[in-house]
Amino acid sequence: MIDLHDVRKVFPARRRSGEVVAVDGVTLRVEAGEFAGVVGPSGSGKSTLVRLVNLLERPTSGSVTVDGRVLTELPDDQVRQARRSIGMVFQHFELLDSRTAAGNVEHPLELAGVGRAERRRRAVELLELVGLGERADAHPGQLSGGQKQRVAIARALAGRPTVLLCDEATSALDQASTTGVLELLRRVRSELGLTVLLITHEMAVVKAVCDSAVLLERGRVVDSGRLSEVLTREHSPLSDALLPAPLADADAGHGGVLLRVTVTDRTPETVVLQTLIGQLGLAVEVAGGSVETVAGGRYGRLLLRATGDLSRLDGALRGLRDDGVLIEAVPRDTDAVAATGAGR
Amino acid sequence: MSDWTRIWPQLMEATGETLYMVGVSALLTVLLGIPLGILLTTTAPGALTPRPLLNRFLGLVVNLGRSLPFIILLFLVAPVTRGIVGTTIGSTAAIVPLTIGAVPFLARLVETSLREVAPGKVEAAMSMGARRRDVVRTVLLPEARPSLIAGITVTVVALISYSAMAGAVGGGGLGDFAIRFGYQQFRTDITLLTVVLLLIVVQALQWAGDHWARRLAHV
Repeated sequence: MIDLHDVRKVFPARRRSGEVVAVDGVTLRVEAGEFAGVVGPSGSGKSTLVRLVNLLERPTSGSVTVDGRVLTELPDDQVRQARRSIGMVFQHFELLDSRTAAGNVEHPLELAGVGRAERRRRAVELLELVGLGERADAHPGQLSGGQKQRVAIARALAGRPTVLLCDEATSALDQASTTGVLELLRRVRSELGLTVLLITHEMAVVKAVCDSAVLLERGRVVDSGRLSEVLTREHSPLSDALLPAPLADADAGHGGVLLRVTVTDRTPETVVLQTLIGQLGLAVEVAGGSVETVAGGRYGRLLLRATGDLSRLDGALRGLRDDGVLIEAVPRDTDAVAATGAGR
Repeated sequence: MSDWTRIWPQLMEATGETLYMVGVSALLTVLLGIPLGILLTTTAPGALTPRPLLNRFLGLVVNLGRSLPFIILLFLVAPVTRGIVGTTIGSTAAIVPLTIGAVPFLARLVETSLREVAPGKVEAAMSMGARRRDVVRTVLLPEARPSLIAGITVTVVALISYSAMAGAVGGGGLGDFAIRFGYQQFRTDITLLTVVLLLIVVQALQWAGDHWARRLAHV
């Protein structure tokens, strides 16, 4: 549905700053119906990337294809037409204060030349869809942040888009509103069969709603994949970003050995504990880590400290690994570095 | 008191002249100043339709218009006035320099108002497939409306003050009246009366402008 091929965006040198390569050869594919996330630190080019999809920023080189149309080859007026089937939601909502909630939802329809009665009917319908049917005549100033973003989502859906772009759509919201808006996005995605590309710097957002994720750093794709697959990786920039390595007080007079376990649906920590405690008779404590439910599965990273007779440990670890369990011993002298430094 | 029966009709006439000069030139100023302000905003570098050369030229013209003291402008544009109105004397003739003086002033205020509209709102409209002129019509102007009205109010008040100088070209009006009947005949009461009248007009205008702007601001 969205296809970026070797896209580059270079902002020419300004008086005080040199040339800036915001997006540096990104190739990216989002399938129809997919909820894709792009994550990365600030300044990584995320916001520019999402603007390349609807050509709010024209790429310096490379091609952008949305819903089968190569936008980068279309003349301006056809790009404008194409934008009507690509909804966009912004961090700061960008609602017009001079219009009511319904008036804001009507705005794109007005631009598309839809008649007044039909506009109004559709606006009310959309506001009901986002749970704001009663606030149709409220002005943005009378709405909370979460409500404003709901109106903005209704506005983005007005033109019956196939693609929805979200640029840090929850970054200006509190926790409760964030959850509400994310639930709404997931719901409209499945109800309307949308393809969603979401830009965020919050890993929690990706874990809450995305099917797949792309990690962007300095304008380049560093890592990507479906969440259910990425989270089963022991080491990768994206999995480390999503499930940071547990912090642990690694040496400090403790004996034993530190074990790093990647917990997945297929390899739960129970298997590990069974082996270590049940078969080897070791004492095991959790030194750090967390396990959470993402995309319907249990994933996490644990740091275990095993003490006791360690003579049979190496063999047992090999056996576990052969069975597909992601476990490794953290080398003793670099405990602290390995345990904390694996994140970014 | 016989004195007042002579002065009163003249005062009424002067008030009428002021309202006429200010009213017509205010209308013309709005008609010319708003488009000029829009042009100044949209042709700026990095704006909707960047035209750096045109922008610099317009900026220069506007600054020239604003830096000239009105009394000098009044005489400087006399040939233009004669070309348009046929004469350089009278209330109608005063409308030309008044308008020429106020247009650049309003244009700058309009530019400031439009520039204050958050760029994100413009971007949002572009993402909906808006054309540039749609952006001006449906985003910039409506979003800046309260601030535009405030700018127009300030301009009209400035026009009233300019119009007092129109007496110098026989434009009449309250300013002229105050000078001829009050100042030159040592009638402080008449001077004071005109000042009070002007104050009432300005106050009423400012109140109306503020009220209107506030009603439109939904923030």
